[in-house]
Amino acid sequence: MQADYFEKKKRSTRLFLAILGVVTVISIIITEYNVVKGFSSLPKAVEWGLANFYPTQESLTKLPAILDKLIETLLVSIAATTTGAVMALLFAILGSNTTRVNAFFGSISRGIATIFRNIDVAAWAMILLFSFGQSSLTGYFALFFGSFGFLTRAFVETIDEVSGSSVEALQATGAGYFSIIFQSVIPSSLPQMISWILFMIETNIRSATLIGLLTGSGIGFTFNLYYKSLNYDVASLVVVVIIVAILFIESVSNYVRRAVL
Amino acid sequence: MTALLEVNHVSKQFGSDTKALSDVNFSVNEGEFVSIIGPSGAGKSTLLRCINRMIDATSGEIIFDNMNVMNLKKKDLKKVRTKIGMIFQHYNLVNRLSVIENTLHGNLGKKSTLAGVLGLYSQEEKEQAVNILHVLGLDEHIYKRADQLSGGQKQRVGIARALIQDPRMLLCDEPIASLDPNSAKIIMDHLRNISTKLGITVLVNLHQVDVALKYSDKIIGVNHGQVVYNGSPKDITKEDIQLIYGSEAEDLIFDVGGIHAS
Ligand SMILES: Nc1ncnc2c1ncn2[C@@H]1O[C@H](COP(=O)(O)OP(=O)(O)OP(=O)(O)O)[C@@H](O)[C@H]1O
Ligand SMILES: [Mg+2]
Repeated sequence: MQADYFEKKKRSTRLFLAILGVVTVISIIITEYNVVKGFSSLPKAVEWGLANFYPTQESLTKLPAILDKLIETLLVSIAATTTGAVMALLFAILGSNTTRVNAFFGSISRGIATIFRNIDVAAWAMILLFSFGQSSLTGYFALFFGSFGFLTRAFVETIDEVSGSSVEALQATGAGYFSIIFQSVIPSSLPQMISWILFMIETNIRSATLIGLLTGSGIGFTFNLYYKSLNYDVASLVVVVIIVAILFIESVSNYVRRAVL
Repeated sequence: MTALLEVNHVSKQFGSDTKALSDVNFSVNEGEFVSIIGPSGAGKSTLLRCINRMIDATSGEIIFDNMNVMNLKKKDLKKVRTKIGMIFQHYNLVNRLSVIENTLHGNLGKKSTLAGVLGLYSQEEKEQAVNILHVLGLDEHIYKRADQLSGGQKQRVGIARALIQDPRMLLCDEPIASLDPNSAKIIMDHLRNISTKLGITVLVNLHQVDVALKYSDKIIGVNHGQVVYNGSPKDITKEDIQLIYGSEAEDLIFDVGGIHAS
């Protein structure tokens, strides 16, 4: 019986690996992707990159303009996250089993959040391109919707996890709904929520760069502009600036996280 | 003595086949210390929660302070709840808030929505909280965060939160189940004092039969959702204990004579 169990487990692992192998081979054949050529061209790509893709003295003159765009992108990402978080808090309180007003509103608000979460930010950007065209507003709303969906889910879990028992205790004292939310649910879950918001800001700054390519705004667009016009030195400077910014934001948010938790 | 609490023909059904309580009847006098004992799953927690309507009983009548709790509208129910303190096995504090803030939470039921949301407490309320914490021996911990306390200290904060309500009755669901014997004794002594000195009625769910017999004025034995013993701890016999815990329990527990002697 025990031997059987382990034998079965081994067999299903082998089956899974075999299927994965077959799928890989099939997709290589269909896309005519030459594995050997793909990997052997890597050194050449690096060589080309080292030869062309580095900032030069004169690309530095573009730095102020790049920083301008970078700051715009950062601000849009942060604004989208914080406004998304406020909406998410509202929906999470209505959607959590601990704090929902009733089962009906609970499933409605969780349902809405699920829809928003399952549409990717890039998909949102494309959808919104129709209504807002190529502007930073499109980018803002794409990030806002994505953040709202994700944070609602994260907040619901946080609320259920940390505040269930104290909510019960306050209900037993006869406290009203809003008192319970503000005196128990929010104080218990705030640090974890802040941690999620910081995570979302980091993610959004990364996505914002890519979305900028689609919406023609922000630092992503700047990169595209110089890259397409063969200004590789400036394009590489944009990349360096983005990397530095991301590392900076990450260290700031790690610091804040340590302080609040 | 008048009955503060009357439980008449109360039943509780979960889903279609779990009958947690069936036709439970008992009454509790003002100031009495009552222990509810019984095996796991007997329905002790359910019974306690039906009294303050954290769970709605399926049928029957619960009279608290001459009011039928079962018929109350939301607003009146909240008012009744302010008169009943509740103590939990896992303390149920807001861990990130201080001891005094957790204590003051006991007053939220009496506050307007705005004052409750903003957490506005008067000077008297704060002084009262400090006094209660003093009586419970928590002077040094007033401004500590709740999650920095030991289990026994957390439970005393739970008691403080209930006492500041100025309740007529305390419902305690296994208040000492997570505590070591020393802390457990401190908690039980406080609960006994609350009953004797303040005249507050105390209803406690307990797993420790010896503790129940030692501290209580009255024992209610529950098995399979039914009250199988209701009387003084002095009169309880070995047969009663077997009836409450089932016959297998015979060897598990002590002999009753030894307990009465202590
Ligand atoms: N929310 C619920 N939904 C369904 N069944 C429940 C629920 N709560 C309790 N029950 C069932 O009701 C019965 C009584 O449970 P209860 O928690 O009151 O027992 P208890 O005497 O407090 O046990 P313990 O000593 O383990 O705490 C059990 O059979 C339990 O499975
Ligand atoms: Mg229980």
